[in-house]
Amino acid sequence: MRDFSYAQATSRGDAVALLQLPDTMALAGGTELLNWTRIGIAEPARIVDITRIPGMEGVEALSEGGVRIGALTTLNDAAQHPLIRDAYPVLSQAILKSASAQIRNLATVGGNPLQRVRCPYFRAEEPTPCNKRDPGSGCAALHGINEKQAIFGWTEDCVAVHPADAPVALAALDAVYVTEDESGGRRIPARSFHVLPGEDPTAHSVLRPGELITGIEIGVAAPTSAYLKIRERESYEYATVSAAVVLDIEGDVIRRAAIALGSVAMRPWRLDETEKRLVGQRLGSAAIEAAVDAGFADARPLSANAYKIKLARNAALRAIELAARN
Amino acid sequence: MFERRSTVSRRDFLCSSALVAGSAAVPASTGAAEHAPTDVAGSADSLAGRFHAPVTVRVEINDVDHVLTLEPRVTLLDALRERLQLTGTKKGCNRGECGACTVLMDGQRVNACLVLAAATDGRRITTIEGLANGSRLHPVQQAFIEHDAFQCGFCTSGQIVSAVGCIAEGHTGSNMEIREWMSGNICRCSAYPQIAAAVEAAAKEST
Repeated sequence: MRDFSYAQATSRGDAVALLQLPDTMALAGGTELLNWTRIGIAEPARIVDITRIPGMEGVEALSEGGVRIGALTTLNDAAQHPLIRDAYPVLSQAILKSASAQIRNLATVGGNPLQRVRCPYFRAEEPTPCNKRDPGSGCAALHGINEKQAIFGWTEDCVAVHPADAPVALAALDAVYVTEDESGGRRIPARSFHVLPGEDPTAHSVLRPGELITGIEIGVAAPTSAYLKIRERESYEYATVSAAVVLDIEGDVIRRAAIALGSVAMRPWRLDETEKRLVGQRLGSAAIEAAVDAGFADARPLSANAYKIKLARNAALRAIELAARN
Repeated sequence: MFERRSTVSRRDFLCSSALVAGSAAVPASTGAAEHAPTDVAGSADSLAGRFHAPVTVRVEINDVDHVLTLEPRVTLLDALRERLQLTGTKKGCNRGECGACTVLMDGQRVNACLVLAAATDGRRITTIEGLANGSRLHPVQQAFIEHDAFQCGFCTSGQIVSAVGCIAEGHTGSNMEIREWMSGNICRCSAYPQIAAAVEAAAKEST
């Protein structure tokens, strides 16, 4: 690990100022950053510890409805907060199915979406073609180890999936990442925070260098919601596929549905066509399956992951049932 | 100032001497840690002057205050093992995948390999060495012995510290809940049934 120098930011503005220096990265939970520096994915010259900034953690109800989660809130604290647990079960479940209890005590909700891909070539200790690691070097996963990689939105330049759980729930909830930078800040919709390779195969998210996530805002309560995570072991494992479903139902008729799939694309993948077709359908009817199938019309397998299409389809169907039961 | 509760073993002796050489154990009442500036030289930029390497931190470890001066890249795990000779905390994967390095930071269980020692100023750390009360084992340690909850023992200190955290959090309502909330501690001997039983027993005892 290359050595770096260290500073503690005292306020959000202070952090933004310090982050303007070249080769400077923010440290929150550190559960990703430390591994990046070990592998050589990142080699910062300076690290700004943002964990001591006051007023950036906790969950609060917003006067206009919804909640705001401070970016430094740990995953465990966010998931177990009554405002999240009761009003947004999809988010609480997604978070508690992430990582381990220890990691969730360190990792923050603001840092979690900045996790980088788990593609073995991106994480390789030896140089391998990877456009995210070394732009222009190609994509070794396209014809290589791609069992876990994308079925939606991939290009020949990158077939990786984004691995995080919470952002999938946040995309289904139409949450917003609130940021600050030198020119003020912006509100970034969770569903378009991550970047598809067709837009830029080298990018992970739209967050700019020196821009800091300060909080996450979620709108109206979504008690009829659920997160289903399918993985190779029951706990402490990344998703093979996951599905976040938020329903608005009256009796057994769907009034509105939002579905985001995880670990199928470089961003949480909203099934827009499915959502449209689900409106007015009766739970448990054949129309539900047809609607989900319609959302998979543009799914494309890689050489070794066709199974993920069926797995994701069935996960979406089952997550709809789970959400309706909530 | 710092008191060894048990009789002096070879490791204790090595530990004490190394502590004297590598760091200072100091009373809790002295002033806050100071950061030694280095990045200032050659830079007129006051922002750049805010960054330091090495960094000096004051951190409480097992009820003893330590002042450590470290390169910022040193993890809490390496500081514990290499600087303070607290080798009960194990280095397994060194990337947050195995849980062998679990310690309590301000009462919360964390992977020491994922924490920069430079970021621990003012924190309170408890390692496996800090659990027993003199010669009396912590109830979780005792439960691990009684339930034969290990084979090779490499993961055990991480398992025990993690279990202490798990019990304090109240995630011990059922065997399934224990297994879920202890999943961050991998045991390659697969002593999981005994580990879960030990945690369950210790949790019952603590209520």
